[in-house]
Amino acid sequence: MTPLLIAQIVIVVVVFHALLLSAAAMVWVERRVAAALQQRMGPTRVGWQGLLQPFADVIKLMFKEELRPKAADWFLFALAPIISASCAFAAFAVVPFGAQTTFFGLLGDPLKLQVADVNVAVLVIFAIASMSVYGIVLAGWSSNSKYSLLGGLRSSAQMISYELSYGMALASVLLIGNSLSLTDIVNGQSGYWFHVIPKWFIFLQPVGFLVYLTAGVAETNRAPFDFPEAEQELVAGYHTEYSSMSFAMFFLAEYVNMVTVSAVATDLFLGGWHGPLLPESLGWIWFLIKVGALLFFYVWMRWTLPRYRYDQLMAFGWKILLPLAVVNLLATAAGVLYFGA
Amino acid sequence: MPTLNDYLVLSAILFAIGTAGVFVRRNLITILLSIEIMLNAVNLSFVAFGRSLGTADGQIIVFFVMTVAAAEAAVGLAIVIGLFRHRESLNPDTFTSLKW
Amino acid sequence: MTFFYVFGAVAVIASLLVIAQRNPIYSVLLLIASFGALSGLYVLLDAPFVAVTQIIVYAGAIMVLFLFVVMLLNAPHEETEHDEKIHPLRRPGPMRFGAALAVSLLVELLWALTRGNGEPNAFGEASVSSVRTLGRVLFTEYAFAFEVTSVLILVAMVGAVVLAKRDPRAHT
Repeated sequence: MTPLLIAQIVIVVVVFHALLLSAAAMVWVERRVAAALQQRMGPTRVGWQGLLQPFADVIKLMFKEELRPKAADWFLFALAPIISASCAFAAFAVVPFGAQTTFFGLLGDPLKLQVADVNVAVLVIFAIASMSVYGIVLAGWSSNSKYSLLGGLRSSAQMISYELSYGMALASVLLIGNSLSLTDIVNGQSGYWFHVIPKWFIFLQPVGFLVYLTAGVAETNRAPFDFPEAEQELVAGYHTEYSSMSFAMFFLAEYVNMVTVSAVATDLFLGGWHGPLLPESLGWIWFLIKVGALLFFYVWMRWTLPRYRYDQLMAFGWKILLPLAVVNLLATAAGVLYFGA
Repeated sequence: MPTLNDYLVLSAILFAIGTAGVFVRRNLITILLSIEIMLNAVNLSFVAFGRSLGTADGQIIVFFVMTVAAAEAAVGLAIVIGLFRHRESLNPDTFTSLKW
Repeated sequence: MTFFYVFGAVAVIASLLVIAQRNPIYSVLLLIASFGALSGLYVLLDAPFVAVTQIIVYAGAIMVLFLFVVMLLNAPHEETEHDEKIHPLRRPGPMRFGAALAVSLLVELLWALTRGNGEPNAFGEASVSSVRTLGRVLFTEYAFAFEVTSVLILVAMVGAVVLAKRDPRAHT
């Protein structure tokens, strides 16, 4: 048990618990921000300023009865939330959240703040995003109810449609980042132009950033693209028949997916852990700040924008977002060729 | 360390399983799935040979095989949907009206 | 070496269950498991790009297509009441012959592959695993095949839409 191995295990444990805590924090943030946007108070009773509200929610969910419809295919019914939650957590395994650090000299060699540094990290994220479709499809099918089936099929059709624009936005970043490894892409964004403007890729790829964020919002089935799971439309869609902890798993998967999309956007477009005033080894604080800003943006969008109808949503994904992403890719390729960067 | 022969044997086993699926099963979708198993077995042997010879060609050919498999699966499934609409069955034995 | 055996065993067992399962949805899910094992084998063969592409294309896209079709057609069981009682591999007639053919194919392939020249071929040290090299070879030596493949995908897309469309004149 070398110190390096211990440190790696500690990183795995820290990342896992950080994701769980962030999902809990998102529950609180969502309810308070929604309340503020709607000019009311939101939960303020449980703990100081309502900070223990997510834990109260979890305890309530744990005590609920676990219903299982009799006509449901029990194996797939139990498997679907597991697939959703596992893919959500697995995608974060390749996301770096800080610079290499030796933890103030405790370790001999610097350790990367990343669970696994593979050299095809961007593709791995894309692959796990495409696997998470199965959780929703199987949930919709195995519940054996028409609302669930319709919601599941619609939701998964939406996810696979927006995956294309997601991939094109990733490809445009690859052209200027010159590597598939997220650590290399973040390291390519260090430094400043004219000592003032940081060399983040968002300034080189504004359209790509918007495409990526829109596709990411659609991938995680959040508003304004949440028609398949909206309560007013399809009685909660694919997770209609789920209750108690399975429902909690779907919710956990949704929030962790949001965190992953925000974290990958931060790494690709917003410079990762680079920021002024702090030393490199404390860069993870900047990372948290940037991810937090994107998550606030997510919540803000949900409670501000009206929902797209399903055919409008699909038309937007195929007829507007995908051509925009392709044109962005072509323009980026032309720019790289011309400017030689 | 696994040798090239190990990978080829595995590929042969998978290919034979796929072939058995095509012969034995009487469900059009399962037959298409068995064809996918066969294509994957071939992909495995391509990558193994590419690694053994030290070139990139094995992986490139696998790239093309995957693309062709995707196209073929899409068209095959569209045909299956058309056939199902006609006869309400997925058993290839029901589509024998031209048999002598 | 143990990884090879684990992944190989998962791939073989999952494929066997794919052709043995009655429910087509379980067949599709088991095939996804088999593809995952194959992706692990590609990683062992120093081909990470192929491994990830296998997950993205095969397990993430083609199998979703299969799953959609199975769900939309509500694929019925393939056999009649009588056949349901006997497992496919025990039925007389063409199926037994087909299974025998597959077994003979397996035996023949194994014989051909293991006679070799005596010693097993170990893998050399050189491996091409960087995506940069793959991209360079793909777009220079195989550029024509690449362009033709993109036309192929376009044709397949148009063909699939046309074939699966309902005829507006019919009253279905």
